[in-house]
Amino acid sequence: MRKWLVFLFLSIVVMGLTGSALAQNKVRLTIESWRNDDLKIWQETILPAFMKKYPNIEVVFAPTAPTEYNAVLDTKLKAGTAGDLITCRPFDKSLELFNAKHLDSLNDLPGMNNFSAVAKAAWSTDDGKTTFCVPMASVIHGFLYNRAIFRELNLQVPTTEAQFLQVLQRIQQTGKYSPLVMGTKDQWEAATMGYQNIGPTLWRGETGRQGLIAGTQQYNKGGFLQAFEALAKWRPFLPRGYQALAYPDAQNLFAQGRGAIYPAGSWDIATFRQMNPRLELGAFKPYTFGTASQCVINDHPDIAIGLNSASKNKEAARTFLAWVATAEFAQLYANALPGFFPLANVQYTVSDPVAQTFLSWRKECQASFRTAYQILSRNANPNNENDLWNASAQVLNGTFTPKQAADYVQSRLASWYGPQKGK
Amino acid sequence: MKRKPFPWHVVVFLAPAVAIYSLFMIYPLIDSLILSLQNKDPDGAVVFVGLQNYQTLFSSENWSKPFWNAFWNNIEFFLYHMLIQNPVGLLLAVLLASRIRGGWLYRTIIFTPTILSVVIVGFVWRLVLNPAWGISQGILDAVGLGNLNQPWLGLENTALPTLSLISVWQNIGIPMMLFLAALIRIPDELLEAARVDGASAWTVFWRIQLPLILPTVGIVAVLTFVGNFNAFDLIYATQGALAGPNFASDILGTFFFRTFFGYQLQPGDPYMGATVAGVMLLIILTGVLIYLFAWQRRLQNIQF
Amino acid sequence: MTRPAWLGALAVHVALLAYSALALFPVLLVIVNAFKDRLAIFSAPYALPNAQTFTLEGFRTLQATANFPAYFLNSLLVTGGALFLIILVSSMAAFALAEYEFRLNTLTGLYLAIGIMVPIRLGTVGILQLAVDLNLVNTLWILILVYTAQGIPLAVFVLSAFMRQLPRDLKDAARIDGASEYRIYWLTLPLVRPAIGSVLAISMIPIWNDLWFPLILAPGERTKTVVLGASVFLGQFVNDYNAVLAALTLAIVPAVLLYFAFSQQLIRGITSGAVK
Repeated sequence: MRKWLVFLFLSIVVMGLTGSALAQNKVRLTIESWRNDDLKIWQETILPAFMKKYPNIEVVFAPTAPTEYNAVLDTKLKAGTAGDLITCRPFDKSLELFNAKHLDSLNDLPGMNNFSAVAKAAWSTDDGKTTFCVPMASVIHGFLYNRAIFRELNLQVPTTEAQFLQVLQRIQQTGKYSPLVMGTKDQWEAATMGYQNIGPTLWRGETGRQGLIAGTQQYNKGGFLQAFEALAKWRPFLPRGYQALAYPDAQNLFAQGRGAIYPAGSWDIATFRQMNPRLELGAFKPYTFGTASQCVINDHPDIAIGLNSASKNKEAARTFLAWVATAEFAQLYANALPGFFPLANVQYTVSDPVAQTFLSWRKECQASFRTAYQILSRNANPNNENDLWNASAQVLNGTFTPKQAADYVQSRLASWYGPQKGK
Repeated sequence: MKRKPFPWHVVVFLAPAVAIYSLFMIYPLIDSLILSLQNKDPDGAVVFVGLQNYQTLFSSENWSKPFWNAFWNNIEFFLYHMLIQNPVGLLLAVLLASRIRGGWLYRTIIFTPTILSVVIVGFVWRLVLNPAWGISQGILDAVGLGNLNQPWLGLENTALPTLSLISVWQNIGIPMMLFLAALIRIPDELLEAARVDGASAWTVFWRIQLPLILPTVGIVAVLTFVGNFNAFDLIYATQGALAGPNFASDILGTFFFRTFFGYQLQPGDPYMGATVAGVMLLIILTGVLIYLFAWQRRLQNIQF
Repeated sequence: MTRPAWLGALAVHVALLAYSALALFPVLLVIVNAFKDRLAIFSAPYALPNAQTFTLEGFRTLQATANFPAYFLNSLLVTGGALFLIILVSSMAAFALAEYEFRLNTLTGLYLAIGIMVPIRLGTVGILQLAVDLNLVNTLWILILVYTAQGIPLAVFVLSAFMRQLPRDLKDAARIDGASEYRIYWLTLPLVRPAIGSVLAISMIPIWNDLWFPLILAPGERTKTVVLGASVFLGQFVNDYNAVLAALTLAIVPAVLLYFAFSQQLIRGITSGAVK
């Protein structure tokens, strides 16, 4: 026992000493992010490029898992332990951080005029006067497919819902591959890559989305209800045990070539390139419907970066942020992370052919973004985004009919959101 | 008559423990309770609202439905432990108490999951039960029950039982050890005498062993209760903060976490979070008091 | 009594063996697969690694991105520091409660016992605020102090129960020899060694394994504990099975080795404390 006590005592002494021994001469910046998939790319490509230019600043990329990011970040900000640079989610989440004085205004940052008002909208106050994050990229939704499998089964890329379902049926009949690779355990894929992927075409993009905010359109009517109905048709084609498949499990299945079509966000391109460089990736845009033939893509402002008001290295942090607004960063980012499309009005070229495909849809289709992000998720409970996850996952699990899902989401939104009250 | 000098040494002995305990346990608890009596008014100023948050929690459907869902799930979680973990732990303890050869090795092995972090255990089981890896499928195929395999963690009616069983798997070492310690204390002569009289192992257990370890049964029950109503890590590590599917595995710990810290686009609400914590406190205290008054009183002469 | 005794013993062995297998299987499965390449993990999960399938890729990823030895040291320091403080302050308080009759004795005992029933987690909100006020966020000290506060109630309870049973004459003899009260406390400590052992054993596991407080109070890179480090790493590399399995292995193996080395003391500690 005595030996143990001595050991414990020594441990404490050692601890006290090591605390003070780690002095540094460089300025060290830490980036908080949810992009854990991109860790290697930040460490090996993006940050070295910056540090080569500014050798006195060391930048560390410290991501948290996406599902935990907000909670962990909030805790760290409250506790004063968050990194100097904060990766910003779009709209309300970051606006909340700015209003709580956790983020600095970046209006006077050099390079901010590289962004259009539209690009900045997701990270500005409601009156548009103050911008608090440097926009980095938007992501586009669509479908990835395994070209080798399509070749083997002699399949054509579908453009309408009827063709899409037919292709799925053909793949299923052969029995070799999972037709549509997605799980519902983590819930968000069902909403983000399902409902919000094929939905905008049905609710006519911005018309529908702004109609929800104005209270003139409802989740349980028209295009929003049809989107749940369209989603329900995916059910028979999902992999075995999909109810317990998490996001990384689905990624593994598709990367290993065990599935044919993967409902995707463009950010998945980079992940698959890394997981299996030999995978023959192809992409097709969200399909159109008999009743809705004008395609609308979900071109979602996804990621930006801001300055932690409590940072002790603001000058260095602003240097980094100004660099993020440059063409050099845009070019680097777009190609290091194919599938993230920089928002700056600067020249950049995307070399990844699949990413190019996604980008080309901007010319063919109208654009909108996820319905719950602006204003509608300001309430803690019930929360519109959480409800969409839950309802979409339940539609795919077969525990909700599309109508039940739509009514669930609508009634809970109407319970607190003024313009929807009584609708 | 001389007055006794003030017993400074008593103060010295008590001060460090009382200070650390008061500052880092009692004060934060009280602080949380106070927070649960406050809220923000429309202008954003913090105001005292009395029991209004508690009223909201129980009367507003948006709050009461998830709360009662979490509460009943938590009861179910607790019942799985009471009906499986503790009886099986007792069975293992009785087997080990029979002075079997190699008993210490079994004891050490069965206790191993208990020393692992819940996070690690949750992740390990997530892998084992993952349909993409197919471990559970492989095992069930091997015993000819392949078609019984289900995405256990992904279905509303199997998620919570599965998580309960994982928790039982991990924690069974504790009741086993406590029961074993109590069983070992039963004098051998007592058991021998019964066997000479021709009593079967079954009779010996019901007539002699179980009555003598009843106090331990009570302790195990109350420890299980406190542990289960305070559980969080396993569900969080395995299912995430949304405790899916459709909140089928949501218990009070995860409900508290989500309410307080928020989730994804959902903003956190410290006042309602503290309210949930206050109710959890009440539930746990009620359980412990029932134990102290109902159970302890019957077993007057027992000490912990 | 016609059934042969060995049959009964065999049945007991079969039952215990079966349960032991159930207890170890998932752990072994993880460790075995941590050393195989990705293809083999999926195609032959039960096979041992062989020359073709053996790889350390996962561990290399781990080494490049997470500093597990440092996390391990943090865990050791936090657990060791908290256990030391728990024993020190609790034994002092227990001694006072067991030894002296004073007006607030029962009340103090009850006050300290509340914490046995109330989980400290419910005070998280207040603890976080306190940590910010004391400027202790992201230090190992805040973890040590919180775990100490969490451990005090049970430790005081067990130790004072033990100390009350010590014979008086020994202490009285020392007092007649003119020993101070502090000296008598010091002389008492070796006599309650078994109780100290069980307090150590009971308090150790929850402290070592906690995720909650490291996540909330000390999530910085320099203060990460093994459990938090593993958890963060698992979040980051969740689609890389090699890395995930390697991280799980590194989180499990040292703890299990330590446990096997000290299992006799640990188990004896838990059982003797429970009996008392």
